[in-house]
Amino acid sequence: MKSTNGKTVKTIKIDVAKCNGCRACEVICAAFHAKPKYSSTNPARSRIRVIRDQVADVYLPVYAGEYTASECAGRDKYVIDGREYDECAFCRASCPSRDVFKEPDSDLPLKCDMCESDPTIKTPKCVEWCLAEALVFEEREVEDGKAPSVDDVDIGLRALAGVHGWPKVMDAASRLGGAGTGKKS
Amino acid sequence: MRYAETGFSLEVDLTRGSIERVASDPKHTEHYLGGLGTNARVMWDRVGPEVEPFSEENLLIFGTGLLTGSPLPATNRTIVTSISPQTRLLAFSMMGGFFGAELKYAGFDKVICRGKSPELVYLWIDDGKVELRDAKHFRGLGTLETAELIRQELGDPMIQVASIGLAGENRVFFASIEQGRSSASRQGLGAIMGDKKLKAIAVRGKKDINVARPVEFMAHCNDALSYIKVREQNPIQGVMPIVAGLGSPQEMRVHDEQWHTENFVWGNARHRRKGFWTKEIEEAWTGTMESARTRLLSCHNCPLKCGAAISVDTRICSYMMKCFSKLTYTMGAMSDLKFGLKIAQKATEHGVDAFSAPQTMAFAIELYEAGILTDKDVEGWPADSEGRFYWLLDRIVRREGIGDVLADGTYWAAQRIGKGAMAFAHNCIKKHEQLPLKLGMLNPIYFLMYSTGEKINITQIEGNFPQQPFPTKEQREDFIKDWEHVPDQRFKDWFLDWELRGPKSIPNYPPPDATCEIVHWQEMMHYVDDSVGVCAGLSSFPLKPPYHIHNWPAIISSGAGIPLDERSLQHTVRRIRTLVRCNNIRRGMRRADDKPPEDHWKNRFPELEAKLLDAYYQFKGWNADGVPTLATLRELQLDFVAGEFVERGILKSEAP
Repeated sequence: MKSTNGKTVKTIKIDVAKCNGCRACEVICAAFHAKPKYSSTNPARSRIRVIRDQVADVYLPVYAGEYTASECAGRDKYVIDGREYDECAFCRASCPSRDVFKEPDSDLPLKCDMCESDPTIKTPKCVEWCLAEALVFEEREVEDGKAPSVDDVDIGLRALAGVHGWPKVMDAASRLGGAGTGKKS
Repeated sequence: MRYAETGFSLEVDLTRGSIERVASDPKHTEHYLGGLGTNARVMWDRVGPEVEPFSEENLLIFGTGLLTGSPLPATNRTIVTSISPQTRLLAFSMMGGFFGAELKYAGFDKVICRGKSPELVYLWIDDGKVELRDAKHFRGLGTLETAELIRQELGDPMIQVASIGLAGENRVFFASIEQGRSSASRQGLGAIMGDKKLKAIAVRGKKDINVARPVEFMAHCNDALSYIKVREQNPIQGVMPIVAGLGSPQEMRVHDEQWHTENFVWGNARHRRKGFWTKEIEEAWTGTMESARTRLLSCHNCPLKCGAAISVDTRICSYMMKCFSKLTYTMGAMSDLKFGLKIAQKATEHGVDAFSAPQTMAFAIELYEAGILTDKDVEGWPADSEGRFYWLLDRIVRREGIGDVLADGTYWAAQRIGKGAMAFAHNCIKKHEQLPLKLGMLNPIYFLMYSTGEKINITQIEGNFPQQPFPTKEQREDFIKDWEHVPDQRFKDWFLDWELRGPKSIPNYPPPDATCEIVHWQEMMHYVDDSVGVCAGLSSFPLKPPYHIHNWPAIISSGAGIPLDERSLQHTVRRIRTLVRCNNIRRGMRRADDKPPEDHWKNRFPELEAKLLDAYYQFKGWNADGVPTLATLRELQLDFVAGEFVERGILKSEAP
C-alpha cells in the first residue's frame, strides 16, 4: 500500500499499435455508467474515446480527464511515425473548445473514474473488454512529490490569515479537530 | 418503451426531397425481429412484382438489426435491401463496420429511400436532424475519398459514411456500397443507390439504445466475450487455418493460401493449379501482405480483426480490405498478390463487388481468346492480363464501349454479346457470379445450399456444420465433445458416421432427410444473424461460435424484451425466411431457378438431386415447384401472403 514518499495509482497503459479500432471500450463504458447500470448504451456518453482517422491509420484511445472552464492554446500538431495528430486529440479535458467528454443532452463534463463502483471491481470495464490488449490495467507506485515541510504549511496558513484573519483560521482549525481529515467532527 | 430498437424509420422520398420520421409497428418487431426480417416485410408491402429495379417505386432500405448498436459483441450489421438489377430478385447484402450502430444512435432503425433525386445528393443524418445536401461536387469521386470529404465538409471525424463510387453512379450491376471498414457488395445495390442519385448517407448519433433486462443481457455479453477468448486460443484441429478460429475467413492475418490457390479455380473460374503454393510463392506473398498491411481492423464492438488497412500508394492507408477479396483479382487475372492488392484499391474506390468484378473481367479476356470479342471490341487494350484488368475496370465503371456491356455482369453481358458467349457465363446462380470453385463429387449438403440459398452466395448459408468429413473416427469423436451448438443429438450422429470414402460418403451420405435438416439448421442461423444484426463471423459462419440456437432466445429476449424460447425463435425465423422466398416467388422465381452452376461438380446425379430438392421443399413446407403452401403460410401467420398468392394465381385456393 502507501509507501512514505509514494502512492499507488490506478493507470491504464495504452498500446496504440494494438488498437483495432472496434470501440468496444466506448460501448461498455457507456453501458456501465448508465443508470440503471447497463440499461442503455451510447458511445457519446463514454469516458473513453477512440480517436479514429481511417485514411491516416490513426486509432488512439483517449480517456476523459478534468473539466476545464477555459480553452487552452493547444493547437499544435504532432507527427509520430508519419501520422499527424492534433495536440488537441491527446487531451483528456472536457473543455469549451470541443464537444467530447460531455453528456450529450446536458453538456455536463464526463470524467473517467476507473469504474469506481459498489461493490468495487478490480479492472476497469474498458480494459476487460479490450481483447486486443491495447488497454492494460496497471497499478503503479508513483512518487508523491516531496512531503510538505512545516515551513510550507506556515506559508499557506499565513496567506489564509491574510484573507480571513487569524481568529477565523484558528477557529476553523480547531473545529476540524486538527486532524486535517476533512471530516466534520 | 422500445428496447434494442429505436422504433423509428427514416422515410426519404428522393423525388420530392421529403424526409419523414415514421414510427414502426412493434408487432412487426415481434414477427420479424429486425434487419432482414422487417426489411422483407416492408418490401412485401410496398414493392410489388411489377416494380423494375431502376424505378422510382423500388425501395433501397438500410435496415439495422434488432440488436445492432447494443453492447452484444459484433452486433454491427446493416442489411441493405432492394430489388437487384442483376438477379431482379430481392437483394439483401449485409455490411458490418460502424454505420449501423451510428444510425441507431442517431435514433433510426432503418433508412428507407424511394424515388429518384433530380440531382446528385447525399443524406446527412445529424442525430435526429436530417437533410439532403448537394453532392454534385462529389460526382465521379471514389467511395473513401467521398467519405473523407464529407467528414471534412461537415466538420466531424466521427461521422460514418456509406457511399458509392463511379460504378454505382453509372449503375454497374455489380456496384457496391462502401463504408470504409466494410461494404454491401453483392447483388448490385450500389447501382440502385446510383439510380436514385444518392451518392452517400452520412450519419452521426448521440442517443441511447436501451435494453430490456440490463443485468441479464450484460451477463450474456460477458459470456460471449469469455467464450471468444477461449475459443480463439483453441483453434479447431483438422480444418484449414483460415477457418479454424472465429470471424470471417482470416485472410488478412493468415498467410497460408495453399487451400485457396490450389483448390479454387483461376481465370474465369476455370483453371485449377495443383502445386501452385511453393515455398517461393509463400515467401513472396507473405512479404507483399506484411508490407502492405498497416493494421488489422475490427468492426464496431467486435474483438475479432477480420479486416486490414492496406497501403498501396503514397497515403498511409489506401483502403480497407477483408476476407477473400484478397485473392479474387489475383486469381481472376492469373497474377500475383501484389497486383491483387493494387487493383483492389482502385476497385474499392470505384465501388465494385470483389466477386463479380474480377469474374466479369476474366470472362471478357476468355471471350476475346475464344474469338467472340474481337480486336474492335477491345481496341487499345494492353497485351498482359494485369493491364487488361485495369483497362476493363476503367471502362466498366464508366460504362464505355465494351465496358457498358460488361457492366451488367457475365449473364446479361453474354445475352447481349451472343455468339455462344453464354457458355462462358458459366459460374452464375440466378444470374449472379459465384465463388470460383469447381469440384469433383457432388456434396448433397452443398447442392441444396447452392440451389436454394436466397442470398445467392454460399458463404451466407454454410457454416456451423463442417464442410467435409473428418478423416478418422477419433478426430470426429473429439470434435463432437464440446459441440453444444447442434439443435439435436442427431446432428452429431450424422457427423460421426460421415466418411471420406465408402458407403457413408458423398454423394449418398448424409441421406436426404439428414441433409435437409443440416441445411435448414445452417440457413436458420444465418437468418437469425441477419435479423438480429450480428456478424455471421461470430455466429452462423464458423464452427462452434459463441452464439447458437440454444442461447439466442435468452439473448434476444433480454435485449429486446420480446418473449422467446427456442421453439418460438425457430418459428419466427421460419416466417422470415419464408417471407423472403415469397417476395421472390411473387417475382417469378420457381424450382427451375434453384440450381447450382452446371459445372460446379464434375459428377452430377440428376435423380438424386431431384430427390434432394423434393425432400427439402417438403421439409420446408413448399410445394413441388418451390412455392410455400397455403398451409405453411397460415401456420406462419403469413395469411396476407396466402391471400395474394391465390389472387395472383400462384397458388390455388383450397376447396371451401
